[in-house]
Amino acid sequence: MKKTGAQILCESLIKEGVEVIFGILGGAILPVYDAFTQYPQLRHILVRHEQGAVHAADGYARATHKVGACIATSGPGAANLVTGIANAYMDSSPLVAITGQVARPFIGKDAFQETDITGITLPITKHNYLVSSAEELAEVVKEAFYIARTGRQGPVLIDIPRDVQQEEAEFIYPDKVDLPGYKPVVKGHPAQVRKAAKLVNGAERPLIIAGRGIIMSQAYAELKELAERAQIPVVNTLLGISSFPQNHVLHFGMIGMHGLDYANMAVQAADLIIAIGMRFDDRATASTANFAPHARVVHIDIDPAEIGKNIRVDVPIVGDVKNVLNMLNKEIKVNTHSEWLSLLNKWQRVHPSLLIRESSELLPQYVVRQIYEATQGDATVVTGVGQNQMWAAQYFTFIKPNSFISSGGLGTMGFELPAAMGVKVGCPDEMVWSIAGDGGFQMTIQELATIAVENIGVKIAIINNGYLGMVRQWQELFYGHRYVDTRLWNPDFVKIAEAYEIPAIRVRHRDEVIPAIYKAMEYDGPFLVDFMVEPEENVYPMVLPGKSLSEMMELPRPKRVSKAKPKALARS
Amino acid sequence: MEATKYTISMLVEDKAGVLNRVASLFRRRNFNIQSLAVGGSEQPGLSRMTIVVLADPAQVEQVRKQLDKLINVVKVTDLTDDDMVARELALIKVAATPSSRSEIIQIVDIFRANIVDVAAGSVTVEVTGDEDKVNSLFELLRGFGIKEIVRTGRIALTRGGASSKKIPSTKS
Repeated sequence: MKKTGAQILCESLIKEGVEVIFGILGGAILPVYDAFTQYPQLRHILVRHEQGAVHAADGYARATHKVGACIATSGPGAANLVTGIANAYMDSSPLVAITGQVARPFIGKDAFQETDITGITLPITKHNYLVSSAEELAEVVKEAFYIARTGRQGPVLIDIPRDVQQEEAEFIYPDKVDLPGYKPVVKGHPAQVRKAAKLVNGAERPLIIAGRGIIMSQAYAELKELAERAQIPVVNTLLGISSFPQNHVLHFGMIGMHGLDYANMAVQAADLIIAIGMRFDDRATASTANFAPHARVVHIDIDPAEIGKNIRVDVPIVGDVKNVLNMLNKEIKVNTHSEWLSLLNKWQRVHPSLLIRESSELLPQYVVRQIYEATQGDATVVTGVGQNQMWAAQYFTFIKPNSFISSGGLGTMGFELPAAMGVKVGCPDEMVWSIAGDGGFQMTIQELATIAVENIGVKIAIINNGYLGMVRQWQELFYGHRYVDTRLWNPDFVKIAEAYEIPAIRVRHRDEVIPAIYKAMEYDGPFLVDFMVEPEENVYPMVLPGKSLSEMMELPRPKRVSKAKPKALARS
Repeated sequence: MEATKYTISMLVEDKAGVLNRVASLFRRRNFNIQSLAVGGSEQPGLSRMTIVVLADPAQVEQVRKQLDKLINVVKVTDLTDDDMVARELALIKVAATPSSRSEIIQIVDIFRANIVDVAAGSVTVEVTGDEDKVNSLFELLRGFGIKEIVRTGRIALTRGGASSKKIPSTKS
């Protein structure tokens, strides 16, 4: 039976298991929206800006391990998706973005609301399609979802001209894809695995750096087995948070620019780095010239192009992390590494990194800590970008797998609210906290409407310091305290929330924090808390730009403890 | 590390926008294309691209891997270290007077090049060979006055019987 392009799209989405699609409509996508009425099993969530749709699909994908879906019209609608697509691309988040395009006869004529979205998104999608006939649509959708969710995951865009949506064609959903140029490697090479095992078994100071690849591959148990069997300490990248329980005795925190002292020191002292599902981002490695100077490197990643891109690697293993770890664990000998672990434990005592200083002001670190205490880690935290993100990463103890969702690669302020919305839609029973800064919050503030209308029960914590805080910190440290345009005049966020019919309270003092958090959590529905925190609090530790992980600015403390030197450990 | 010339041969799907994807990747990753030639291959639906890049060994490894990630790129081979046959074609329009024409023809003969067009004030020479040969001929003809030149860029295949594996299609 013949169906229209719009119907073929809906049928194909259902075949791919899509339940929710975030979007906003317009002229060039109207035929698809009209078809939605025939497919009630596809839940469409109307957002207020396309960036909200794509971040929501991204959050949904990260939380559920399914492919997220979003939809927009041509021209400005499609262009508004760009930031979110770039964000998903940098963090390898699987999603399919569907855009309407002007009708085929108008393409290239600068028609009303025409934009070359496949051209624009070429470098920020894993692949994209401009569909030229209804006949090929089913195959394109099949391929798009396959590409998005396999190999190194990522966003795929499908641009569908309006007349293709209306054109009729026979609907036959293909049962497999034919992509001769796309054959992701998922099994590790046995010889490489053996080489890696040999290095692991022979190492005296091995260290696992856990990245988001573990979460994407859901290899939590395999990682734990590797760490526990050979007693290897585990640190993580920012996006590797919640790949390994942070209350585990082998866990030693996050590395990188705002990583913990002892985590960074561990990297610099290790004789073997086992990097799993991470890509040696510059925020994680700091200066690569002096990164892990005493270590050989085993790098496990599904993307061959990540091997050797930023860091020289001794033993690369290309494959899906879960498969590779399963193979590797069979070859790993039981070990204790007691000397190494006791050294790390000593560093952890001497450089605690996570002290919250005494202050009469409301400190942001305290707010994050209390959200953790109230939830006992049984929540998903979706952060913004900047100071709020780093405090969330540092002061919340992530125990549950995949409970930290954040924009790591692109660093997209405004990610937090729509992404949290996507997480909550994907996991309705989950407690979802969106930890926002006052700057980023205003970049996607319009999604309060979506949250209110759809009654998406996210809890919003604004860490309100009245600054673009991380930028202010850089101005303080590197631009002679010249706070050029980082001071923010803010509206009354409580009144704003109330205008959207979302209950909200403001917290100014320490003793109001815990009651406010409980009030938010007990409320059945979305709730906003505006935490007025100390305006000029900085994020520490900090590795200054251009420096190596060995050179950290520690949290200023009244009593300084003498610094243990990892270098003393180095073999001469 | 010293940048050298690498010859990369690729089989790509013959679809709209593929050249753009390849070129865009080079621009985005800041790789330098020296020449690029593209045309049909022995397999229907696939084109062969020969790209010469100026890069150091680590960069060329990245180029190869990043190209391989493109969905429409079926196969990438670095021919640099292989025994390869590489050729380039150039058309050179040289100013020629009745008195200089015979001298030009002599040079062209030595290079086993051809004259493909003769006009009142010029001759057009077609030369095929590696870049050194094309460059040498160009240098010799320069004295007569070069009016225009066009070069195809390098195309290359491995020597001997080895061939790119047939790419199986799952389609019946």
